[in-house]
Amino acid sequence: MGLKILTEHINVPGIETLEVYRKHGGYKSVEKALKTMSPDEVVEEVKTSGLRGRGGAGFPTGMKWSFLAKPEGIPRYLVCNADESEPGTFKDRWFMEKNPHALIEGMITSSYALGANTSYIYIRGELLFVLRILEKAIAEAYAAGLLGKNILGSGYDLDLHVAPGGGAYICGEETALLESLEGKRGNPRNKPPFPAVKGLFQSPTVVNNVETISAVPWIVNNGGAEYAKIGIGRSTGTKLISASGNINNPGVYEIELGVPVEEFIYSDQYCGGIWKGKQLKAVVPGGSSVPILPANLILKTAAGEDRLMSYESLSDGGFVSGSMLGSGAFIVFDEDQCIVRNTWNYARFYHHESCGQCSPCREGTGWMEKVLHRIEYGHGHQQDIDLLVSVAKQIEGNTICPLGDAAAWPVASAVRHFRHEFEWHINNPKEATAPGAVYRGQLDAVTA
Amino acid sequence: MAETINEVKFSDAAMAEIQRYISHYPEGRQKSAILPILHIAQAEFGGWVSPEVMDKVAEILNIQPIEVYEVATFYTMFNLKPVGKHVLEVCRTGPCCLRGADQIIDMIKQKLNIEEGETTADGMFTLKPVECLASCGSGPMLQVRELFYENIDSEEKLDEFLETMRTKEHETPVWKK
Repeated sequence: MGLKILTEHINVPGIETLEVYRKHGGYKSVEKALKTMSPDEVVEEVKTSGLRGRGGAGFPTGMKWSFLAKPEGIPRYLVCNADESEPGTFKDRWFMEKNPHALIEGMITSSYALGANTSYIYIRGELLFVLRILEKAIAEAYAAGLLGKNILGSGYDLDLHVAPGGGAYICGEETALLESLEGKRGNPRNKPPFPAVKGLFQSPTVVNNVETISAVPWIVNNGGAEYAKIGIGRSTGTKLISASGNINNPGVYEIELGVPVEEFIYSDQYCGGIWKGKQLKAVVPGGSSVPILPANLILKTAAGEDRLMSYESLSDGGFVSGSMLGSGAFIVFDEDQCIVRNTWNYARFYHHESCGQCSPCREGTGWMEKVLHRIEYGHGHQQDIDLLVSVAKQIEGNTICPLGDAAAWPVASAVRHFRHEFEWHINNPKEATAPGAVYRGQLDAVTA
Repeated sequence: MAETINEVKFSDAAMAEIQRYISHYPEGRQKSAILPILHIAQAEFGGWVSPEVMDKVAEILNIQPIEVYEVATFYTMFNLKPVGKHVLEVCRTGPCCLRGADQIIDMIKQKLNIEEGETTADGMFTLKPVECLASCGSGPMLQVRELFYENIDSEEKLDEFLETMRTKEHETPVWKK
């Protein structure tokens, strides 16, 4: 088993309580940071670590922190993005439920580094049971003097609150999240100004993912240089991967970045191979918004090397033959899965979740859903395939927030890699719409 | 359900919880508490938020009613019409479908004799297919109020779940304990 940074103690009975968490080294980073380091020193360690945002974008965390404006007399905020809603992604929910104090410790240390005296955890509304767990842990932290006024006698004050959403995927986008946190509809804001300059309540704000913030205590305790030694290249550290779909062992795994994809899929340590002994057909490696890859391309890079679980390796070859690590949501499709049906399913998701603010996204996601529906149900036309590609292109890059790209990429990549499957649906509607019908031509080509 | 604002009255425990959420935000930013208050309102008044309840929320937050309506209609968790005792929110998104969510939704329709969005004649169940619930590794799954029911991957498990729900009372909201 590889090094565990986030999950070393996650199965210890009672780790969700302050007492047990502290017995296993919990809150040492708060002690160290607040008593022996300046805020800038903490920021420097995070920069040195090479930690990248674990919510999907992979932007360097230390650099993001250093962008934060620091005008005198204006409050600064740290907001934790716990609005995990990307299909395939369930690592943050699992982590917060199991180990709430790890996130709270990260929030205190990170808030200190940023000079924030009030911080919020914005959690998706569907996870009210996790909100209760967090609130209980926060109350314990207040009682122990780890939150509130003059934390551990350091002179630093911090209030931490949890705020629930109401069921809107778009609120995972940082500016939509801020709108929602201000009690409004989750419509993304135009950037600039970026949240680092004008964020929550028009004040400088950093928005970071749960996993990102939870990695900070280890970096403070052990040093950024030690963290940078883990992983591969610019993909430093460990990553939580949520694996789902047609595999034997669905679940959340902490990996050192750089594990070969083939090992991740077939090793008993991780996914344990394909469900019911079937063949691998395709993988969406980083959440529903990233491009799907057929079996041969998920196992090998464009250069013919083993594909690795890292930011760089998974994107090797661009979108022609690569994808993205994204949020680390690894969705596996076996040979019995219909790519057209799955693409329609995701198109329906993005149409449902579009906030409706930008025309290309509002209209385009609906058109893609309709066209995919008619192909899947045996009423498609040959020109529909190019129409799908055209609509996806017109959405991509033409919206205020990245939801448009997220909606376009799954459709464009499915057509790119499985065009013959769409053609088969259109040319053989009766066969394609029979119960359990799956086109297997691509699988034959892959496994030949 | 109450017909005027005056008839909508939160319990003392719920009001204390509402005030706690309002206190989390800076002076003048009390509107930020609107989502937690709508969650409390929905649990307090039969699983949905009526216009009268939304008006009451506006009154508490000292904002215009339209500001509550536009939020409540944007977020899918808030039910804007009466629902059954148990709202079955079944995840219908990609990973759950790879493990059979479509078939589970069809079975629920058949067994309860309702379509999506409908409530059974006895008022016991409402079927509400929803998008991803962050339980992709344990699908098919569904949510009832605050609880997840996972790995509902056979007719036997579905039958067992529905039977349990028929006799189940909802957990007391946490602020009433």
